[in-house]
Parts: sequence; C-alpha cells; structure tokens
Amino acid sequence: MTELLNVRHLHKTFTVDQGFMGSQKAKLHALHDVSFSVEEGEAFGIVGESGCGKSTAGRALLRLIEPTSGEVFYKGENILKADRARMRALRREIQIIFQDPYASLNPRLTIGKTLAEPMLLHGVATRADVQEKIEAALTEVGLPPTAMAKYPHEFSGGQRQRIGIARALALNPTLIVADEPVSALDVSIQAQVLLLMESLQKKRSLSFVFISHDLGVVRHFCKNVAVMYLGRIVEKGNVDSLFDQPLHPYTQALRAASPVPDPRKKITVARIEGDVASALSPPSGCHFHPRCPKAMDICRKEYPVWRDVSLTRGVACHLYTEHFAPADDSPIDAPVQAPAP
Amino acid sequence: MSATSTLHPPGRLARFARLCWRRKAASAGALITLLMLLVAIFAPWIAPHDPNEQDILSRMAGPSADYLLGNDTYGRDILSRIIWGARVSLFIGVTSIGAAMLIGGMLGVLAGYFGGKLDRLIMAVMDMLLSFPSLVMGLLVVAVLGPTTLNLIIAIAFTAIAPFARIARAPTMAVKQRDFIEAGRALGYSDLRIMAVHVLPNILDEIMVLGSLWLATAIRTEASLSFIGLGVRPPTATWGGMIRDGFENMLDAPGLVIYPSIAILIIMVALNLLGDGLRDATDPKLRHE
Amino acid sequence: MNNPTQRPILSVENLTTEFRISGQWHPAIRDLSFQVQPNETLAIVGESGCGKSITALSIMQLINKSQGRIAHGRIEFDGRDLTACSEREMEAVRGDALAMIFQEPMTSLNPVMTIGFQIAEAVRYHRPVSKREANKRALELLEMVKIPSAARRFDDYPHQFSGGMRQRVMIAMALACEPKLLLADEPTTALDVTIQVQILALLADLKETKQMGMVFITHNLGVVASIADRVAVMYGGRIIEEADVVSLFEHPTHPYTEALLKSMPRVDQPRTALHPIAGQVPPITTDMPGCRYADRCPLREARCDVSVPPLTPVAGATGHRVRCWVRAPSPMLEAVAS
Repeated sequence: MTELLNVRHLHKTFTVDQGFMGSQKAKLHALHDVSFSVEEGEAFGIVGESGCGKSTAGRALLRLIEPTSGEVFYKGENILKADRARMRALRREIQIIFQDPYASLNPRLTIGKTLAEPMLLHGVATRADVQEKIEAALTEVGLPPTAMAKYPHEFSGGQRQRIGIARALALNPTLIVADEPVSALDVSIQAQVLLLMESLQKKRSLSFVFISHDLGVVRHFCKNVAVMYLGRIVEKGNVDSLFDQPLHPYTQALRAASPVPDPRKKITVARIEGDVASALSPPSGCHFHPRCPKAMDICRKEYPVWRDVSLTRGVACHLYTEHFAPADDSPIDAPVQAPAP
Repeated sequence: MSATSTLHPPGRLARFARLCWRRKAASAGALITLLMLLVAIFAPWIAPHDPNEQDILSRMAGPSADYLLGNDTYGRDILSRIIWGARVSLFIGVTSIGAAMLIGGMLGVLAGYFGGKLDRLIMAVMDMLLSFPSLVMGLLVVAVLGPTTLNLIIAIAFTAIAPFARIARAPTMAVKQRDFIEAGRALGYSDLRIMAVHVLPNILDEIMVLGSLWLATAIRTEASLSFIGLGVRPPTATWGGMIRDGFENMLDAPGLVIYPSIAILIIMVALNLLGDGLRDATDPKLRHE
Repeated sequence: MNNPTQRPILSVENLTTEFRISGQWHPAIRDLSFQVQPNETLAIVGESGCGKSITALSIMQLINKSQGRIAHGRIEFDGRDLTACSEREMEAVRGDALAMIFQEPMTSLNPVMTIGFQIAEAVRYHRPVSKREANKRALELLEMVKIPSAARRFDDYPHQFSGGMRQRVMIAMALACEPKLLLADEPTTALDVTIQVQILALLADLKETKQMGMVFITHNLGVVASIADRVAVMYGGRIIEEADVVSLFEHPTHPYTEALLKSMPRVDQPRTALHPIAGQVPPITTDMPGCRYADRCPLREARCDVSVPPLTPVAGATGHRVRCWVRAPSPMLEAVAS
C-alpha cells in the first residue's frame, strides 16, 4: 500500500494573553511533535479527550490552522510550503467534515447553492450540468434530489451530516479529515452515517483521518489509531491490538473508562483521578505523571522517548524504554485497585 | 387522547395571518410605515392641493371642507404640505440610513472578519464618531457645508455609520466561528466571497433591526434640523419647517404645530414598533412559537 | 435485592405531558407508568425526542406553563401526589426530598456567586439553620463529593472549576438536604470519559451510603450497563421495554432495543457489521394510532398500525415487560382489539 499522507514533527504554539489586561504572554503548546502516516484507502483514527489537540491536528492538515513547524507530506509534496495557487488546487484533494450538523451549513443558502458553489468555483461543473451533478451528489449520500431547493433547517441532524459529506465530496477528494463526524448524532443515526462513510470509502477509495473521542466508533471504522494527550501522541498502533492491550497508562485508563453495553463489565472504579492539566502550564517531564497510577521518579523529570514496540505499535512511556515487553499484561477488563489517595 | 391529526395543516397564508395577529404591534408598525411610504411616493397624486399654493384669504383658517386640516400662515393647505413633507422626511431618512448601513456595515464586517490591527483601527475611528451626539454632528456638517438636501443626508449618514459598524462587527465575529465558514475556507473560497456570501446574509437580521430604529432617529434629526432652520430650504414643505413656521402663532392656530408633530410622532412610533417586532422575530430563542 | 413489599419512592401512573405547537396540543410523553424503589437506580434510556428529559421535568413540575402542561396522570412521590401540589408545596419538595442535576453545570450554577454560598443557600432554604451551620454543612458536602482542597475552594466561583468539578458541585447542592430521590438528566454527557467514570463512581458510592433512589436519564447504553439496577427504554414518548439491567442486555426483546444494541460499535470487540435502524423518529406532531416504531420495524404486522400494544410481561422472565404485539402478544387484549 502506498503512503498518502506523512505528517512529521508537527508543532503548533498559540500565544495567549494572560495577566492583568493581557500584560503577560503565555505559550500554549496545542501540538507538540505530532507524527503519523496514512496509507491510500486507509482510515486513521485520532482519539483523545478535550484539550488533547486532536481537532487542532486535523485542521492543521488542511492549513485551516497554520502549524508553527513541521512537515505534512501529501503524495510526497510538503503542503505546508505550497503557495496560494497550489494550495487552492490541493484543496480539491483534501477535505473536511465537521462535528456539529447545526453549524456546518450556511442557514441562508439552499442545499443546492451550498453544493453548487464549490463545484462551479473549481470548474468541476458548469452552469449547464451543475444541477445534474448536485442531484448525483445528493443521491450518493442517500438524500432525494428534491433536497436541493430546501434550507438546512428543514433537515434533521443526520440528514445535515449527509449534506456535509456531500459537500466534502463535491470536488472528488482523496483524503477526508472527519472531525467527530457522528458525535452529535443519536446512536441509531450514527450507524447510518458510519455505514454511508464506509460505503463511500470503498467506492471512491477514500482515505480518512478520523478524529473522535468515542473509542468504539474508532475501533469500528479505522485501521490504525493514535492516542493524544495534551498535544502529544502518547501511543499509536493497530486498533484491535491497541484497544485490547493498551500499553500507555493513559490509554489503559481511557479504554477502561469507555462504557460498553454489557452489565458484566461494569466500571466501578476510576483508574485515574483529577482533571486534565492545563495546556498552558503542563506538568514537567511526562505530562501525564500527576495522574498516572504507575508514575516513577524519572517520569517527573524527563519526557519519555518514543519507542516502536513492534511493527504496528509504538508508545512514549518510561515503562517501555528499558524493557520491550509491557510491564503490566493483565487483561484490560480485569478489576483494578483504586489508586491510593 | 388528543384529537386525530389535522388533515389540512394550515397553509402559508393562514400561518402568516396568525403570525401577524400574534405580533399585532409590530404588524401595525409595519403597516403604518408602508402606508407612509406609499403616501410619500404618491404624494403628487394624493395631495389635494399644491403644497406651495397660497390662499391668502384662508390664512390660518381651521379645518374646512376644502382644506381638511386647515391652512398655515401663508394660506397653504396643511394636509398637502404634510403629505409632501413625508416625501422629504422619508427620502432623507431612507437614503441617509441606507448609506450608513452600506458603509458602516462593510466596515463592521471587515473589522470583525479580519480582526487584529484592522479591527482596532476601524473601531478606533468608529469610537471617535460615536462620541459626537447626532444632532451636534448634523449641525456641524450643515453649518459648514450648507443646508442642501445632499448635505443633510451626508450629515445624518455620518452619525449613523458607527452604530452600524458596531452592530455588524459582533455578529460577524460570532458567525466567523461557525463551521460553515471554515468549510468555505477548506473549499478554497476567497475572503471576499466568504464575507459577501456567507457572513453578510447571516448578520442581515441585526442590521435590519437597527436600520428601522435608526430610520426613526434620522427622521427626527431631520425634523429637528428643519425646526432650527438648518433643514431643507423653504418653501419646500418639511415637517420640522412647518412646526417652525407655525411656532409663533401656536396659540391662535395650534393646528399649524400639532398636525405636523402628530405626523412625526406616528412615523416614529411605527418604526419603533417595527424595529422591536423585527428584533423579537429575529431572536433565535423566541423563534419557537 | 429489593424487598417487594416496600413502597416505591416514586410511582408514576399514566402520565401524559403535552406541548402546544402551532396552536395545537401534542403529547411528548404518553400514558407513562413506572416505579422506582427506594435505593434503586432506574435508568431511562432513549434517543432524542423520546421524551426522557420531559419525564424528569414533569416529575419535578418544572414544565414551562406557557408551552406545556401535564394533561393527566399521577406522580406519587413518598406518598404524596405531586400533580396535586401547589407551586409553594413543590418548592418545599424540590431540593429537599426530591433533587435534580442537569447536563450543563455551567448554566445551572449562578456565575456571580461563590459555590460555597450557593450550596449553603440551598441548605438554608430548606432547613432552619444558622449561616454558620449552613456553611459548615456546605464544606462537608464539598468534601463528600471529593473536591480537592475543599476549604480553599469554598470561596471560588463556578468559572474557576472544570466541567467535572462543577458537576461535583451540582451533586453537592442536590444532596445538601439528603434527598430520597435524585433525578439525573444526562449528568455526564458533556464530560470526558475519564471524568465521567469518576462522577459515576461518586454517584454510585453516594447512593449506597445515603440510601437514595436515583433516576438516571441518558442516551448512552454503555453508561446504563454500568450504573443501572433497572432500565426503562423509551421511544416516541412511551416506555417500550422495562427490565432489570442484566435481563435487558442479555435478552433485549423489543425490536427497537435489539436494533439499537446491534447498531452500536463497541470498543471491546473487533469490528463487526453495523446494522443501522432505517428511518427516523416520528415528530411529536404526527399522530399515529398504533405503535410509533412500526414504520421502522422489520417485524411490522398489520395489527401494529391499528392500536398501541400494552406493556406485557415477557414469558419466562420476571420483571421484564415489553410493548410489542409481535414479541409479547397479550392474547386477551388482542382478541378485544381485533
């Protein structure tokens, strides 16, 4: 399989005004040394909780947020160096789907106009055949062609999400960044939209960067996944392997905290206490150490070096820098001792 | 259990009628404003007399069969002058506010969309403009440039630009955050296209509300300027001018002052009701009726 | 487990709440009946539009009078019929014996008052205690919900707390007067999973120590499996399945419950085919004489469109009831209906 996207050492720092009347400036490291790659036709997942930087990473790929440093190789070309004209052409190939179906469509435009605009602008359609192409686009996402004349408020959340997908596909892209595409939908509608995305992926050989906080959805849709915490990737690998045997204590906690519809697997004890630390003043060394049930002395002092533990797995954790085997190989669903207060 | 479903859900006309009934005040405001507009447009055909035709024998006469509201100090028909006065007031009001909406709105959108230094610059200029009370500003411009219709329009527009810039800026900043704007950028739309096609239609509501309220202010300002003699030159009939003319003879012929005042009152109340109604109608929280 | 001769702390009978839309009244919940035993957690689960939040608001008598009304029904709480209570009587009940927590703690807390003050206020509203005692109790409550450095944070404002912490504050306020029943409307939906699990653990813990009943409203079946004793599944304003938690997940009987479980991707299993439910929830303005799930149901039969099936016990399972002509036919009623 050929590599479609190769993200290398992506950084994004925001300067934030702090203190009285913004007298002090603080640095927020939204992304730190983020690297991953996506193959043609593959769906790559990025998971994490709020503030971990996953949405920022997604937007950085499209240069909707300009990275501070790093490289994004798309089909071998570093798109961060592309000029305006080249970027405009590239925008046909990399597109985005958003989370909130109620904010992702212009309420003042009919669906037809929303879909026609990009097509006409980029020359994918002419005035003569744009109507036909819009009808095809709507049919492809399971909506009737009559939707063209209607406004967004006449549709449900699930239908709006489909329209958002149709818009993203209007220019025939190769790569789609999906930022929590089903999180705002009801469970039964989630499945409908996921199935649609799967069939479109097959039909058009699309690649995805699938951002979500829902591990179940990511396990279903993606082949590989990266786990983010406070702007860094802490673990990466094949979905099945990673979710069945997570290596990083944060991934373990995340996995253990994800509720499953099975009363025999009740979650009774929280593995980690406290809140996510502030991205403005992250803890020293490994950012996760204050909450980590397995923190060691070195964790407070040094950030762990990335270790590729196998061909399909990698992790940034001091537990794995000395040894190549996981320090804790108890099954993930086994009962856990509450961490000492 | 509740009755079976209605086989014929209310049609669009019925829904509109119910909407008007529920918002009686705003509907009344809209209706009156519309009527005034029609009066102003069709003045030459509606007015019973030439507004400048003097009937000396009927000077300061009360209402009669021929002159429904009586005559002014020069014997001119008050009713006809009020009808023609509507033309002046509404023309000046609409053009000045229209210009202010255009210029102010554009500045506000630019400030809100681009932010940063441009935003600070534009808002600083707007703040300066805002610090002048509208009447004083109007006085200044007219005194310097002379009391022509064009200058009046410029003067009033000048004072209204800053509020429109403000009212356009905040929603622009809010709309900019919404995903469909990012979608536009992801699709390669230019900033100009995004501002014109995606931002502007979504902030029009707020601008319209302010527009109707400021129209009332503009009409009042014009009347005030006419009253102190800085408005459109006589003998053109203006409401403010009529009040000024009739001021000295107020006790003998109160109609000279009362009728034009009522006209001003009516249009201002109507526009305020309309503006309030528009504000309520466009408030997203109250949308679910 | 529960003593069957105990009186339920909450007993809802034939509750119907209607809303006025475009001049007509439409029921959001229809003939709802269920019970909660003291010290039991009942989860009400369903998707948007099923009426679960309206149920909680109806019990608390918090339905906005200008938009909705309780058309009929009985809500018996701790021996009293709440539908017969005046607003003043309800104010004495709310926050005291009957408490509620909501999804968005930021909008439920007053941003210009310290949280210590707000909790103490809740205490003083229902108990004749001095300010000092109320503050002491408020501090106790903050410690009970495990706010770190509670004494220091007593005088902090809501915006100084994270989402998870604010939810703990909400819980502290709700529990201030030791309620007999807690209504929790999606309290963890807006929280990250690692925080959610802390809150759920806290609620479970408090429920045990305080001997409190809980009605937990959610759309997340995983959360249901984690905290519920009994489950009521709602669709189209009605309860369509009711069972104890193990029975519901092992033998989902209503086609909707079954379909819902089959359409959820799971993190504890490798990828399987998802079977989405076709169609959409009918809007409450649509009147349907029969089962409201019929047009999406693969088992649909003619009788399903004719009349609404009653909640019928499932053969071979205790306490498991289903509202379905096909899966739980009730021979006597069927004969009457046809």
